[in-house]
Amino acid sequence: MPLRSDIKKVLVIGSGPIIIGQAAEFDYAGTQACRALKQEGLEVVLVNSNPATIMTDKAMADKIYVEPLTLDVLRRVIEIEKPDSLLSTLGGQTGLTLSMQLAEEGFLESHNVKLLGADPLTIHKAEDRQAFKDTMEKIGEPCIPSKVVETIEDAVDFAKVIDYPVIVRPAFTLGGTGGGIANNEAELRDIAKNGLRLSPITQVLIEKCISGWKEIEFEVIRDSKGNVITVCSMENFDPVGIHTGDSIVIAPAVTLSDREYQMLRTAALNIISELKVEGGCNCQFALHPDSFEYAVIEVNPRVSRSSALASKATGYPIAKVAAKIAIGYTLDEIINQVTGKTYACFEPALDYVVVKFPKWAFDKFVYAKRTLGTQMKATGEVMAIGPNFETAMMKAVRSTELGVDSMNMKKFKKYETEKLLDMIVHTDDERSFQVYELLKRGITTKQIHDLTKIDMWFLEKLNNLVKLEAWIAEGDEEVLSDEKYECAKNFGYLDSTIERISGKKCPYHKTAVYKMVDTCAGEFKAETPYFYSTFDEENEAEEFIERTHTGKKKVIVFGSGPIRIGQGIEFDYCSVHCVWTLKELGYEAVICNNNPETVSTDFDTGDRLYFDPLTKEDVANIIATEKPYGVVVQFGGQTAIKLTRYLSDMGVKILGTQADDIDAAEDRERFDEVLEKCGIPRPAGHTVMNAEEAVAAAENLGYPVLMRPSYVLGGQNMIIAHSEKDIREYMEIIMRPGLENPVLIDKYMMGTEVEVDAICDGEDFLIPGIMEHIERAGVHSGDSISVYPAQNLSPRIIDTIVKYTRELARELHVIGLMNIQYVVYNNEVYVIEVNPRSSRTVPYISKVTGISMVDVATKVIFGAKLKDLGYESGLYKTADYVAVKVPVFSFEKLQDVDTMLGPEMKSTGECLGIAHSFEDALVKGLLGAGYDLKKEGGVLISVRDTDKQEIISIADKFAQMGFELYGTSGTASVLNHNMIATNVVRKLSEGEPNTLSLLESGKIHYMISTSEKGRMPARDSVKMRRKAIERSICSLTAIDTARALAKVLQSGKDINDIELVDITKI
Amino acid sequence: MEGMEKMSLFNQGKTAYLLLADGRVFKGKHFGAEGTVIGEVVFTTGLVGYQETLTDPSYYGQIVTQTFPLIGNYGVNSEDFESDRAYLSGYIVREWCTAPSNFRCEGNIDDFLKKQNIVGLCGIDTRQLTRIIREVGVMNGAITSEDVTDEKVKNELLEKIKSFEIKDAVMSVTGKETRVYEPETEKYSVVLFDFGYKRNIRNELVKRGCKVTVVPANTTAEEVKKMNPDGIMLSNGPGDPSENTEIIENLKEIFKLDIPTFGICLGHQLMALAHGARTEKLKYGHRGANQPVIDLKSGKTYVTSQNHGYAVVGDSISGKDGEVSHINANDHTCEGIRYSDKMFTVQFHPEAHGGPLDTAYLFDEFVDIMEKERN
Repeated sequence: MPLRSDIKKVLVIGSGPIIIGQAAEFDYAGTQACRALKQEGLEVVLVNSNPATIMTDKAMADKIYVEPLTLDVLRRVIEIEKPDSLLSTLGGQTGLTLSMQLAEEGFLESHNVKLLGADPLTIHKAEDRQAFKDTMEKIGEPCIPSKVVETIEDAVDFAKVIDYPVIVRPAFTLGGTGGGIANNEAELRDIAKNGLRLSPITQVLIEKCISGWKEIEFEVIRDSKGNVITVCSMENFDPVGIHTGDSIVIAPAVTLSDREYQMLRTAALNIISELKVEGGCNCQFALHPDSFEYAVIEVNPRVSRSSALASKATGYPIAKVAAKIAIGYTLDEIINQVTGKTYACFEPALDYVVVKFPKWAFDKFVYAKRTLGTQMKATGEVMAIGPNFETAMMKAVRSTELGVDSMNMKKFKKYETEKLLDMIVHTDDERSFQVYELLKRGITTKQIHDLTKIDMWFLEKLNNLVKLEAWIAEGDEEVLSDEKYECAKNFGYLDSTIERISGKKCPYHKTAVYKMVDTCAGEFKAETPYFYSTFDEENEAEEFIERTHTGKKKVIVFGSGPIRIGQGIEFDYCSVHCVWTLKELGYEAVICNNNPETVSTDFDTGDRLYFDPLTKEDVANIIATEKPYGVVVQFGGQTAIKLTRYLSDMGVKILGTQADDIDAAEDRERFDEVLEKCGIPRPAGHTVMNAEEAVAAAENLGYPVLMRPSYVLGGQNMIIAHSEKDIREYMEIIMRPGLENPVLIDKYMMGTEVEVDAICDGEDFLIPGIMEHIERAGVHSGDSISVYPAQNLSPRIIDTIVKYTRELARELHVIGLMNIQYVVYNNEVYVIEVNPRSSRTVPYISKVTGISMVDVATKVIFGAKLKDLGYESGLYKTADYVAVKVPVFSFEKLQDVDTMLGPEMKSTGECLGIAHSFEDALVKGLLGAGYDLKKEGGVLISVRDTDKQEIISIADKFAQMGFELYGTSGTASVLNHNMIATNVVRKLSEGEPNTLSLLESGKIHYMISTSEKGRMPARDSVKMRRKAIERSICSLTAIDTARALAKVLQSGKDINDIELVDITKI
Repeated sequence: MEGMEKMSLFNQGKTAYLLLADGRVFKGKHFGAEGTVIGEVVFTTGLVGYQETLTDPSYYGQIVTQTFPLIGNYGVNSEDFESDRAYLSGYIVREWCTAPSNFRCEGNIDDFLKKQNIVGLCGIDTRQLTRIIREVGVMNGAITSEDVTDEKVKNELLEKIKSFEIKDAVMSVTGKETRVYEPETEKYSVVLFDFGYKRNIRNELVKRGCKVTVVPANTTAEEVKKMNPDGIMLSNGPGDPSENTEIIENLKEIFKLDIPTFGICLGHQLMALAHGARTEKLKYGHRGANQPVIDLKSGKTYVTSQNHGYAVVGDSISGKDGEVSHINANDHTCEGIRYSDKMFTVQFHPEAHGGPLDTAYLFDEFVDIMEKERN
């Protein structure tokens, strides 16, 4: 069936802020969907609170609401826009859940809105535990057997039916407390007894334990005609028990014979057919490693992280096809864009393997529990393509930017074998490296398999790397033999790694060639400009470039790699915009990136896509094939910026700010010289290499001081030290992996933080807007609530900021984008940091000011002058709107992480509130970020001494609004002393009931908690903050955030009274 | 030698070459049997199912290239063979798996090929080879351990390659005797013409209560009539279908018996030829597990397993007792013909092995027809 004639205007709901488990993949899916809808001539209305997305770009939809994703807002958008349809399956779980709620309450029907993609019944069958089981039973697909029991005897009886081992899961205990795995009746009696006691409703679930089974996924698509296909199979390196988002994944599945493969494929097709999904669906299976027994683990009737991966792994654009299916097309009517000849109704054939490697934030969250389990913890991922597993794995670990170039992780060399053997059983994020170290020590693959259940296939492949490394290191010749060198190259090693491991020179340098990802294993001629490197002879990219010769200049844009805290989706937004502008300017735009979740790695974003790591040698190979006119590094975050010096030395033309100037901004001493020359002050500081120097420097500056390693990203490992003890603790942590770069110690100035993004053309500069942070300096800029335009700066201060920005732009010879962070302290402006590149705030400022910063910057980089583009030098006129960016955290996913805000960035995403007034914008921002703004209940306050004076007025506001106040002894005493009635709550050490039991009681709705020290999970304050997260209690950990919230609550503003803004009209 | 032992882990066998009829040479390493073998070089895109490919008699006379680069991952087991041995001439992979992993694995693919005396070649860029075949079309070639970088050696071998033809393919692979396979409870009896049949065709029938009598390819209509079967199954098989003139003549007679008939692959082609249609050689055939086929009656598309180099010319059958029932969604070639309400044939492989099981319902339809006929 072609396009449905009853569809003209479609509402698309995005997935909102980036959180762990819901990241850039939904921007990719949403963008693909919006484009597909627009191609069909449909009017698209989009709602998404996340401004750092490409889908919220003017080109993507006709109407765009960057508004909180709440039912209230969506109902109003539907009333205003009157769409005839709602597409529910492309905005992650958030979009799906909201769509279902709107459908179930009858709102859609009463407003004549059709639900496209999935109907509520489908969703119910897939998501409701019992309905899902019933559905699977009906079609004969096995689920993991489980039963809810209320007595030990029932537990034992059921275990006899399903056989040991079994998992005991007590109902309603947090984090599964009281559960466990029982291998026999005696153990079960023990665990069940305890579990039943701990469960508030005396109930436990007894479930067959399938940890250690193979975890296999299929991505399937179905259309309204009932055509069904599988796009891709995937196999997890880590067996069942570890969330697939935290597993290393290989595509296609490799250890299944045709029998198992077809068995599971057929099961996936049966499931999607029974659920009647019209679009994409992800089916996860557990397969017994020693039989044909399997169980359906989970079904996601929507596009997902896995479908993004499958799309990139195969070249089959699942979201695009799903969107077309939703509006009426069938698979046999949709052309496979890759071949241009075949149809979407076929299954991709791969002639390579793909490895996905997760990216975790544990480098930032030092005290977080690293153990992996059923709760996903990764913030992002990389994908690598190779002709064999070894190569793909090597490429993947390089892309992850862990500081390793092979499976050798230095720190594990020092670990005892016993310890490593223990570690691989309790899986953490570095298990693959621990396994590798053990294999190097001669522990057999069999032994490791017995401990971890990782399939022998994977272990043997890792062992091939071990053997290769030993082989090339043999002998004492100076130059490696050609044979060994070629062999190492075919396993994916870089020349530099080969030389280091072998201790020999490479005999020559072999340059990579590029193969095309074409969905059909070469069976049909394809025109997809999507390539990955191998060390064969034939270079398809070169051939492609010759064949499609346009005479245009070629420009490479380097992307930003995996999403991590501090380097998120915003850099993908920037890279994609740069590419679009380049195309518009008549250049051939080439993208290099390795993140499968993003729009930049969609094969039709650039003129060519290279899906490879972003290390020096990998990049040099791409340059050898492309021979570009120049490269752009300033939009790909630190990942791309890091390459500048190397590329420049290679003689590659850097377009935009030059390597030396980037260095001048990043090198402490050189930067100080620049500041001195310009007469711009900065907080006093020193560079130190060890604890003694650090202590001396701090004493010289006076406490508190700000400490961070040089060359940072997202405030990595940054703290405020209040004492010598803090300094020593910090230095010990930072020096653990071996200190290579010095540590910076600055005087900590507790002023207002101000941020500026500017575009400079060498002569003139343009500041679209100045942002002021609600939280004072000391809270990382990425974690602060940021307000545009600045609300509290005097004209003199603004003038100074503009002046300093101009000076810095000139002195650093910035061409393109720059980001500067200032602190205003005692009415003086100080510079904290200059980044001669795009920043986190660029998409946000672009959207609210209407200046598409990356487009302008790209034009400037390619020679345009701001004047010619119609911009005057200096600060742009203030917009009619106030925009508030509110950070969003994923704390509930990360056990033991202290939630207190500090100089180290912790947020994973952000949302935006746009309105005519500050309060209105803040209401929207806070709602979008998940604050429910409830106006009743209890407030628990426990603040450090330095905050005690300031908390008085805030507490007073809460008291006036009728909140019941609670405080720990010190805080309560201050408040009571100031005539604010506050109940005193015991600290943990003072016995029960105490703060924790109060938080558990359900009486508390807001908690304000600050402490001198945080981080250590054992501290009372950290425990309190963790408890608040567990109990979903709104937790405010900076005094300024608390004040802003109190102000909003007091203003009495309700989202329903605030105008919704279509940003395409700004 | 320590070094040598390790080298074997990286597929470092004896140097061998692939020489194509157009003179192009690929240098790689031997695995499986060593020596020289000439055949028609084709590629298959299936990701799994190499064991089924290796033992599918339809590959008789061909050198098969796997486009998926890692082959042998799950080893070789004795349950997944589609016939009694490997019928292909040579086998080309990018990399074979030295340490396979699967609960049914009984050995690795290298040992299997050695036992079967099949010459293998690994360590070449199979994608490059695939693209050549795609552009030029299938062509003859040889895997050889002779040094074809020597012009004289090369030219001598080229002569042989050019004159190579797959001849008498069906008669080379068909069984010589009649064999009977009994189901647990017999409901129907089916005569299965063995043109080089895959075991799973038989198994799918037996599973559905058919007593299957596998007969040699040249079994006459007379003989079939004597057996008085409920249905006739025409199997897959190798080679150029039009070469089998005797069989085609015989099929014309069998057709007159008016017994429910189901044909697969070569069986489909032979049936069409017996009805006066034409077959043509495809440029590089359909070989893989992802071919989309449209059922013209329902309009649905099915993902199918395929392995054929020839196809029935769709136009040539219409008006001659048959009607095209299925077409390939990619190139629109003929994928199925319906002759009457009790005779139908398909070009693809509903028995799968390897490949998707999505069209196994055709066996149910066949059984239903037999059931109806009986009443």
